[in-house]
Amino acid sequence: MSNIVETQKLTKKDFESDQDVRWCPGCGDYSILANVQRVMPELGVPHENVVWISGIGCSSRFPYYMNTYGFHTIHGRAPAIAMGVKTANPELSVWVVTGDGDGLSIGGNHLMHALRRNIDIKILMFNNRIYGLTKGQYSPTSEFGKQTKSTPTGAPDYPVDPASFAIGCSATFVARAVDTDAKLLNDILLRAAKHDGTSFTEIYQNCVVFNDGAFDAFADKAQKDEHQLRVVHGQPLIFGAQKNKGLRIDARTLGLEVATIGEGGVTEKDILVHDETNSTLAYMLARMPFPQFPVAVGVLYSKARPTYDATVREQVAAAKAKTKPDLQKLLSSGNTWQV
Amino acid sequence: MAQQAQPATVGTAEGKVKTLRGAVVRFAGDSGDGMQVTGTQFTAATALAGNDLATFPDYPAEIRAPAGTTYGVSGFQINFSATDVFTPGDAPDVLVAMNPAALKTNIKDLKRGGLLIVNTGAFTQQNLKKAGYENNPLETDVVDGYNLLAIDITKNTLSAVKETGISTKEANRCKNFWTLGLMFWIYGRELESTIQWIESKFGKEPLVAQANVLALKGGWAYGETAEISHYRYEVPAAPVAKGTYRNIGGNQATALGIAAAAQLSGVEVVFGAYPITPASDILHDLSRFKAYGVTTVQMEDEIAAICVSIGAAYSGKLGITASSGPGIALKTEAMGLAIATELPLVIINVQRGGPSTGLPTKTEQADLLQAVYGRNGEAPLAVFAAASPGDCFYMTLEAVRLAVKYMTPVMLLTDGYLANGAEPWRVPNVADLPKIDVTFRTDPAGFHPFLRDPATLARPWAVPGTPGLLHRIGGIERDYNSGNISYDPDNHEKMSKTRAAKIAGMVRDVPDQKIEVGTDSGKLLVLGWGSTYGAIREAVQRSRDRGLDVSHAQVRYLNPFPKNLGDLLKRFERVLVPEMNLGQLVKILRSEYLVPAESFTKIKGLPFKIDEIEEKIRQVMES
Ligand SMILES: Cc1ncc(C[n+]2csc(CCOP(=O)(O)OP(=O)(O)O)c2C)c(N)n1
Ligand code: SF4
Ligand SMILES: [Mg+2]
Repeated sequence: MSNIVETQKLTKKDFESDQDVRWCPGCGDYSILANVQRVMPELGVPHENVVWISGIGCSSRFPYYMNTYGFHTIHGRAPAIAMGVKTANPELSVWVVTGDGDGLSIGGNHLMHALRRNIDIKILMFNNRIYGLTKGQYSPTSEFGKQTKSTPTGAPDYPVDPASFAIGCSATFVARAVDTDAKLLNDILLRAAKHDGTSFTEIYQNCVVFNDGAFDAFADKAQKDEHQLRVVHGQPLIFGAQKNKGLRIDARTLGLEVATIGEGGVTEKDILVHDETNSTLAYMLARMPFPQFPVAVGVLYSKARPTYDATVREQVAAAKAKTKPDLQKLLSSGNTWQV
Repeated sequence: MAQQAQPATVGTAEGKVKTLRGAVVRFAGDSGDGMQVTGTQFTAATALAGNDLATFPDYPAEIRAPAGTTYGVSGFQINFSATDVFTPGDAPDVLVAMNPAALKTNIKDLKRGGLLIVNTGAFTQQNLKKAGYENNPLETDVVDGYNLLAIDITKNTLSAVKETGISTKEANRCKNFWTLGLMFWIYGRELESTIQWIESKFGKEPLVAQANVLALKGGWAYGETAEISHYRYEVPAAPVAKGTYRNIGGNQATALGIAAAAQLSGVEVVFGAYPITPASDILHDLSRFKAYGVTTVQMEDEIAAICVSIGAAYSGKLGITASSGPGIALKTEAMGLAIATELPLVIINVQRGGPSTGLPTKTEQADLLQAVYGRNGEAPLAVFAAASPGDCFYMTLEAVRLAVKYMTPVMLLTDGYLANGAEPWRVPNVADLPKIDVTFRTDPAGFHPFLRDPATLARPWAVPGTPGLLHRIGGIERDYNSGNISYDPDNHEKMSKTRAAKIAGMVRDVPDQKIEVGTDSGKLLVLGWGSTYGAIREAVQRSRDRGLDVSHAQVRYLNPFPKNLGDLLKRFERVLVPEMNLGQLVKILRSEYLVPAESFTKIKGLPFKIDEIEEKIRQVMES
């Protein structure tokens, strides 16, 4: 749409809006915002072509704080609105911010269909495993038995894992990041931005008020090395403070198991190498039970597939190439007669 | 106006063609009997003969109801005349019943003395039982008082197509064309257009094509030879305005209106939809209009369908969505978002019987209050209604034109009766269609997203991709002076009043309420809205012909109302409001204008009959 050539490289400041940020002090959303603002100039997209769309929730206030085009919509529906934005103007770089409640309870249906359609939008799900904005009810990602304001005797339902949900929906890009891990987040945001199709990034986000410390067991600096597995395409799936643990296939269960390199004759050669185009492996990585297994972060899955928007564009172009629009002719189509 | 045909009484002099002003014919048969094809072909030939006409199909709700059952009966009614026609007609003068079930479900509607054509070949023990007849009704008083023309159509068809050597099963399927041939003979229609249609339709199966043509000619020949010429009629051509005509249904007209809006505005359409009866055909038609700048997206539900249209509107396209009953209910929250963010959007509601699933294939007008008032918060919405199938085209254009001019959603109400009904339509000259002006904001100087045009109160359409206009909008209340989030009490009141004033102000683009029939003051005004147009118009005309002081007006702009409407109502001693609901427009009129308007309702999933309204007018005038 725009043929303005960016003469000056944009900076983080260019992406900060003039609105006061109103999240609770210490909320994980702050660091995500800062990282996103830092990454935006790297994308090389004309400033006016960036659009942020969100649903409802603390996380969904995000667009107000970005100095871009932004649309704070209604609870759960951001993927559908984003689809309209992208269908209308394929030049735009369309980003969606959603929460675990916004994206997986009320908006689960739209999320599923956006993912399978593979429309070129970038979805960030801020997963704090709680309803923040409505002040602390359990969410579809809260642990079984979690006590919250609405579940004083414990949540009676079993949670959904966002990344494995996305893989199950035939998403073409699925990644996981942690709010406080700037390096990881930056890498992933860049990859997500460059992916042609729907990218889905789950970001573990700490809600200091209603679910503080939910991810400490693996996100905390002291725990990270031992309990996080940073997956990298083509690299062995190795983790641990000593970098001596790895994942391999247990042939008897067809599942993953943790092996220690140097113990019982295990060498690095026995460890699985990450293949981000393998959806079965991605699914297993996404669903590893904690703490017996580490939490996998990074790009779990990425594979090219034709996008919805490109397919629609091709169909429209083909129709236009075939038929020159002649409204008078269209109105007079079918059986006509003269009086 | 469409004078109802005289009953098709029998017995003119042998061999003489009797001239009628018009006639109402109903074809009824099993779903598998091809009655819709018969009806449409009869319609095409009737249109070519120059009659004015209106049609209405009546299909069963089930996709493939068991053969021979009463709930599997499919019907098609046509009203054609030498004068103007406004409805598909009340009671048929001629009923074609292809099996006992069709007779059972339709005979009560046939006019006394009317012509009843029956396929005796289908009156087998088994079919009689399925229809719930203990004895053959053709031999009982069921058919008393009608002119029965009992023909073994099945046998006649088989012998007509014999020379092609096709299977009995295939030959049986040609019954409808044999019947059509007979009807063509009765009304003196040309066979040519139907023969052409058959040949193009069955081009790949020449034997089937040949058989159907033979059946058609066989039916005609039967008329010539069977000494039934006292049943022959002629309906002279109607004096209609010069031009190119086509037959058009309401959904078809709506889809053409959408394509035309894209062409006339130069802005492409993104049409979001989720299949639902009776709105789906709009999606089907539009999906073939890609070259005209229409992109259709079939979404996962109606919420997503309106949201994709809102997203497109936000990005500078004409966002349009269409649905019915349950689907419109689902869209409600998103309509509020479009109202709050002041984005242009057209929502088409092809109303059907409710509540809940209700009567999916039947018509109703019970969504008016929902359209005008049915959202959380003070959420004013412009609401228009189409009055006839062809009017759906013009009202769609009008909805788009005003949505973009005022930066607001507009709801267009049609209904199942308009959607499936059809009428001849004079193809407009594109040069005569209204222009749809669209301006996108590009100037950054002094810009904020809720800066208003002082005349229309419309905010600027500033779309992503425009340099220098970066901004955020959303559902949270916006500051009047900057568009930023605002929880300020005074600001909320000001914004609420501004949104209301904007919709009220659309009145300057709303044409004055006109009188369809009669005078602009007097004893009784019959005021309708939407698809009741034809029946009311006809009923009022007949009442006037009988000397009653009654006039007719049909409201097409329901929010805001035309500015002269209040005055007009007050110039009549009484106002009668017929509606296919339990009295919704009448409620709004009473509250808006403090007039003692009287309600006349029907909520049977069926349109008003002319007679019903005429009778009501008589009662009101006498009381
Ligand atoms: C239709 C509708 N229902 C309910 C709400 C209330 N509501 C607002 S946000 C929210 C949950 C948000 O949770 P999540 O998506 O996890 O976002 P977070 O606040 O945790 O970032 C709910 C239930 C609403 N705004 N709209
Ligand atoms: S409630 Fe939780 S998620 Fe919401 S702003 Fe506060 S800390 Fe963040
Ligand atoms: Mg949450």
